[in-house]
Amino acid sequence: MSDPYGDRGNKDVSIANPKGMGSEIPQRSGQTRPAPGGPFLIGENMTAGYGNGPDILHDCTIAVDQGEIAVIVGPNGAGKSTGMKAVFGMLDMRQGHVKLDGEDITDLSPQARVAKGMGFVPQTSNIFTSMTVEENLEMGAFIRTDDFGDTMAQVYDLFPILKEKRLQAAGELSGGQRQQVAVGRALMTQPKVLMLDEPTAGVSPIVMDELFDRIIEVARTGIPILMVEQNARQALEIADKGYVLVQGANAYTGTGKELLADPEVRKSFLGG
Amino acid sequence: MDLLNAIVAFLNYVFVPGVAYGSQLALGALGVTLVYGILRFSNFAHGDTMALGAMATVLVTWLFQSWGISLGPLPTALLALPFGIAFAILLLLGTDRAVYKFYRVKKAKPVILVIVSLGITFIYNGVTRFIIGADDQNFFDGQRFIISAREFKRATGLDEGLSFKTTQGITIVTAIIVVILLFWFLNKTRAGKSMRAYSDNEDLALLSGINPERVVMITWMIVATLATIAGVLYGLDKSFKPFTYFQLLLPIFASAIVGGLGNPVGAIAGGFVIAFSEVTITYAWKKILVYLMPESLEPSGLVQLLSTDYKFAVSFVILLIVLLFKPTGLFKGQAV
Repeated sequence: MSDPYGDRGNKDVSIANPKGMGSEIPQRSGQTRPAPGGPFLIGENMTAGYGNGPDILHDCTIAVDQGEIAVIVGPNGAGKSTGMKAVFGMLDMRQGHVKLDGEDITDLSPQARVAKGMGFVPQTSNIFTSMTVEENLEMGAFIRTDDFGDTMAQVYDLFPILKEKRLQAAGELSGGQRQQVAVGRALMTQPKVLMLDEPTAGVSPIVMDELFDRIIEVARTGIPILMVEQNARQALEIADKGYVLVQGANAYTGTGKELLADPEVRKSFLGG
Repeated sequence: MDLLNAIVAFLNYVFVPGVAYGSQLALGALGVTLVYGILRFSNFAHGDTMALGAMATVLVTWLFQSWGISLGPLPTALLALPFGIAFAILLLLGTDRAVYKFYRVKKAKPVILVIVSLGITFIYNGVTRFIIGADDQNFFDGQRFIISAREFKRATGLDEGLSFKTTQGITIVTAIIVVILLFWFLNKTRAGKSMRAYSDNEDLALLSGINPERVVMITWMIVATLATIAGVLYGLDKSFKPFTYFQLLLPIFASAIVGGLGNPVGAIAGGFVIAFSEVTITYAWKKILVYLMPESLEPSGLVQLLSTDYKFAVSFVILLIVLLFKPTGLFKGQAV
């Protein structure tokens, strides 16, 4: 049967405005339970999928500990982005748990997870295009009730170009600058853990190197980073921990160096 | 002298009514454009929201009049307006909770919500008639004119009189205040910015910790306020008749679309474009032309392009032209 809440192909934008519409977020109870031990952030044995669709993740585990950079790599359609969304509570978790800082947060809504200290930069539509750079950062700090002026100054120190363009609409910036806005927005909450979904997608190699440098800089300030990357080799070089996902399941896990040295991983994912 | 008479006649019959009507349309169109931009559908129930909000204000006005409370030269309705607004807010929040929320949680496509709002329209329509009836209701009191035509003629010695009704004055002043407040709210306050963020990108707003239900709630509250104010001002200026509010839906949507749906500046500009088009096209220009033209060229007919019965055709044609040639509207709206 067709989707009863769909638009049956209607493209009439004069009466409906689908642009920027959100995705379906499962309703959750909002309860947390203490779950001491284990890494700082872990999505454990996750089996998940979108809506009523099939499972995309199969018993998948990804984790990051204090002071680490963890990188998720894998072929297209391996479920890397889906894994990140599952950790952030944006899709239907059928099995498994998400734990943050000794607490089981599986039943929290995404916005409650933000309040708990998680920051997430999605792969696409990760900035408010119609708002200025400064307003984007302000929205990042939305949950903060204290003065966030110094955090904004830190973000401007990290990404000086943003300070220059702070009164410009974020949608008018170049690809690399947009990614900086996106990361800056996520940093504004002063997150305890930062999740980046392909921060270097669609930017030139030079900009990519610069973004990697900035990410390492952020990690040095003590924020653990969980990151999905297309450029597997470069990403694993900076990773403390690496996950190779294949078809929604863990294929290889190890430190970045171990994975780079693993002949199987090299053959399948790093091009020899 | 003839030129002065022509100018006064123009101000009296075209400009002042146009500005007042334009302000009413602009307030209505702002409500429509906010729902479109933030809740992402065309709210066909807006006209009847105006009717219900105005109805509540009318009832409270009558109550106050029966108690002998009045505002002197100003209409008592202004005192009753906050109660009307409160009623409309409760009504819209209740409707949202009972109806729209069901579809929002399921992320139903906006076109489904358009049809849902049409259903709400019929229910609101019925409720209004059930409570207050379908007839004209008079709830205006206080002083009728700020400047009356007779005083103006006596003071200036011109043949033409300029009348400026209290309701027109109130309409224009209220519209200016409301628009300034709305723009300040949307651009300067945290809640206003979160509404713009939600409109831009719902998922990212969620990731920034913005509570979508709160954004939706604030939006409905603002929309209820705008609708009630627009409805009461229109009712004071013309008369309160439930069916006219349903009819107003066409010029209101035309205003919002001409300006660019989803763009508040556009809604205001669109309101005045539609109002002045309607007034100029349905006005019989003979009176003004007689003053301006030499006697030999005086028009014999009324020089009225369209009878006032057809005034809705004007908005409809403008709407068609805009949708055919510039669907994004005069100011860039969100409909691309």
